[in-house]
Amino acid sequence: MAAAKRPELPAILIANDLREGEVVFATLEGWTRDPRRALVVQDERAAEALQVFGAKEFLRAKVVDPQLVAIESAEGAPRPRHYREALRALGPSVRPDLGKQADFQI
Amino acid sequence: MYLYDEFDERLVRERVAQFASQVERRLSGALTEDEFRPLRLKNGLYLQLHSYMLRIAIPYGALNARQLRRLAHIADVHDRGYGHFTTRTNLQFHWAKLKDVPSVLGLLADVGMHCIQTSGNCIRNVTADPFAGVAFDEIEDPRPVAELIRQWSSLHPEFEWLARKFKIAVSGAAQDRTVMKSHDLGVRIVRDAASGAIGYRILVGGGLGRSPMEAQVLRDFLPREDLLAFLEAALRVYNLAGRRDNKWKARIKFLVLDIGVEVFRARVEEEFARIDKTKANANPAEEARIASFFASPPYESLPEISRSLEQAVARDEELARFVGNNLTRHKRKGYAALTISLKAIGGIAGDISSGQMRAVADLAELYSFDEARVTYAQNLVLPHVRLDDVPLIFARLKEQGLATANVGLITDIISCPGLDYCALATARSIPIAQALSQKFADPARQKDIGELSIKISGCVNACGHHHVGAIGILGLEKKGAESYQITLGGEAGDDYALGELLGPGLPAEKVPEAVERLVAVYLARREAGENFIETTRRLGLAPFKTAFKEIADAVA
Amino acid sequence: MLLLDRHGPKEDVWERAETLCQAETNFVLTPFGAIAESPLVQTDLRLAALLEPNRALDEVTPFFDRLDMIVVHFPSAADGRGFSTARQLRQAGFKGILRAFGPLISDQFPQALACGFDEVEIIGAAAARQPVEHWMEALKRISFLYQRDYGAQDSIPEQRLARAAHV
Repeated sequence: MAAAKRPELPAILIANDLREGEVVFATLEGWTRDPRRALVVQDERAAEALQVFGAKEFLRAKVVDPQLVAIESAEGAPRPRHYREALRALGPSVRPDLGKQADFQI
Repeated sequence: MYLYDEFDERLVRERVAQFASQVERRLSGALTEDEFRPLRLKNGLYLQLHSYMLRIAIPYGALNARQLRRLAHIADVHDRGYGHFTTRTNLQFHWAKLKDVPSVLGLLADVGMHCIQTSGNCIRNVTADPFAGVAFDEIEDPRPVAELIRQWSSLHPEFEWLARKFKIAVSGAAQDRTVMKSHDLGVRIVRDAASGAIGYRILVGGGLGRSPMEAQVLRDFLPREDLLAFLEAALRVYNLAGRRDNKWKARIKFLVLDIGVEVFRARVEEEFARIDKTKANANPAEEARIASFFASPPYESLPEISRSLEQAVARDEELARFVGNNLTRHKRKGYAALTISLKAIGGIAGDISSGQMRAVADLAELYSFDEARVTYAQNLVLPHVRLDDVPLIFARLKEQGLATANVGLITDIISCPGLDYCALATARSIPIAQALSQKFADPARQKDIGELSIKISGCVNACGHHHVGAIGILGLEKKGAESYQITLGGEAGDDYALGELLGPGLPAEKVPEAVERLVAVYLARREAGENFIETTRRLGLAPFKTAFKEIADAVA
Repeated sequence: MLLLDRHGPKEDVWERAETLCQAETNFVLTPFGAIAESPLVQTDLRLAALLEPNRALDEVTPFFDRLDMIVVHFPSAADGRGFSTARQLRQAGFKGILRAFGPLISDQFPQALACGFDEVEIIGAAAARQPVEHWMEALKRISFLYQRDYGAQDSIPEQRLARAAHV
């Protein structure tokens, strides 16, 4: 897989679970549904390792569309900088009762 | 309404098993994501921003109570208690799980429904006039031919791997209510002036998206018996010659544009001449079998005017507004087609809760011969209600939050799901629609403004039909933020027109103000009896551009 | 490589050659262009042509008599031009073997047969990932089609007619 353009740091790895479709976040122990538990990478080496992990998990038919995304800061629940990824990480803005924002009260 | 026989049912059930096998093969690694994606898309399954999304086909928008109740059940058990009606008259569930989809498809098959070809590069769900069979201006009911096309196009072995999606609309009325000229192919039922025979005018090459184009006439009059052979010829020419190297130029409209409609027509006619019509066309007995499902229901003989409705209207201002906006003239005296607006003020266009689905199912069963329809404007229709029953239906709808009296008005806004759900979107659509709906909520103000279509898309793919909105809004990304372009003068029907851009994109919070300025120009400059679109046609873009520029300049 | 017809896997007897002169056996599969350019000579050579999907039907029909087989190339599984090509070749009267060649997926096997192909040749990773069982199972999944005149089975409309005649 060609190396995708690396986003700015800090960053997290977001994907969709192949079986469920739900948004999942990479951690040191695999994937989590909880954005607060997402592994935040601060340096280039860790970012690359995370990207490699995402690509492998895609090939293993575990996740779809793995993407490394830049976040605002390492404090609290990580919030992607770009509005698209922020929506993907939190849930629909017009239905605050649904998605991660509701499940994890973010 | 068409009901499946054992053959229809068997095909749909086998298709469910086929999809279950495809899912299994994907999870085992026998199929890669690149191989699986087109297969799941052809079963209506997208991967969206938060989840999978399952798009259920509602062929020519026709639903019965049993189907609506089953959709409500699926919403409750397998989704999040609601669904979303689209501009292609389909229903989407936004929170599907891949592993559950085969069982959901089984639940749909129980009630004669499926997700076949609601996405992917194939012939999509066929749409028709929502007032089919009841419209006073109808030449012939388009549903039998729409059903014939549904069957012919389902699992077509030759046309399941086209260069791009292919959308067909059918209309049988004097007035187009299908946005036919935005379709890859349009089938218009016409009467030949000379012979009086009924046949089809075939249109080709329409489409919205990044490069909107108006469909052109491919065949002015096609004898009705030749329809399937002609469709086969047109699809074959497209399948062979449509561009495969660039998905942005792969729709049939680009082929028609590239070679010209005359050359395209010549190629289709050449292919049509080669086809053995006796084998390709539908058998008349089969056509008659399909048509028999669409016989008129047992209407009562009623007076043209309902005294009880008149009296109720005189007592109740809200009901009066509802009757004024949401009823459409019916071919039968004493009946009306009643539109249920899914555009509650500040709500989400096209969204419907499971409870509302059940309520509509009950009403359809009790008051509309067990029929409901979906419109491309993301509303529902009870196609044959007695005028006498309207006050009762209105009261039941009101209890469900479904009695919004705004059909065709400025708050009857078409909106795609946008970036709140859709992975393709570049900006959100729903919050813009909600803000506009709230801004123009006052019924008196809506009545004063009159007929005005606002259509919003969250990306260039134009699912929200923004090109053909009197006011069209397109959400894009500009320098890392959402930005909205506004177009003016679009029309979806027979006076088809594409809207023109007024100026630079605006941030979301400025959109309501900008729309208000455009409306103000209309209110100030309109002549007696003139609606918004007529005024824009008479005045041209200039005064609206001037008003728009003040907002745009303030932003800049 | 995997070569299958409706009965299962089969041996490929055809030798691939870029031109006719290079052939060492009597069964030669060569690009259509090579045949179109070579003069007509009486030999006992059996000829098969590899056709790219953009080749116009009119160019091919004059060669029907010389060809025992036409192999239609599918550049990718998603590129369905070959299905229409097969349809046109059959419609124009080609009676020889029709083979679909490319990285197809097993779900397309019944579609290929319905459009007039006799066999499919799968190459590369797609062949390795999809064992023979997948291809044979794919043929059994959908019993009957709505489309008349696609494949050997009676279509749904024809069966409806037959049933109505019985009642």
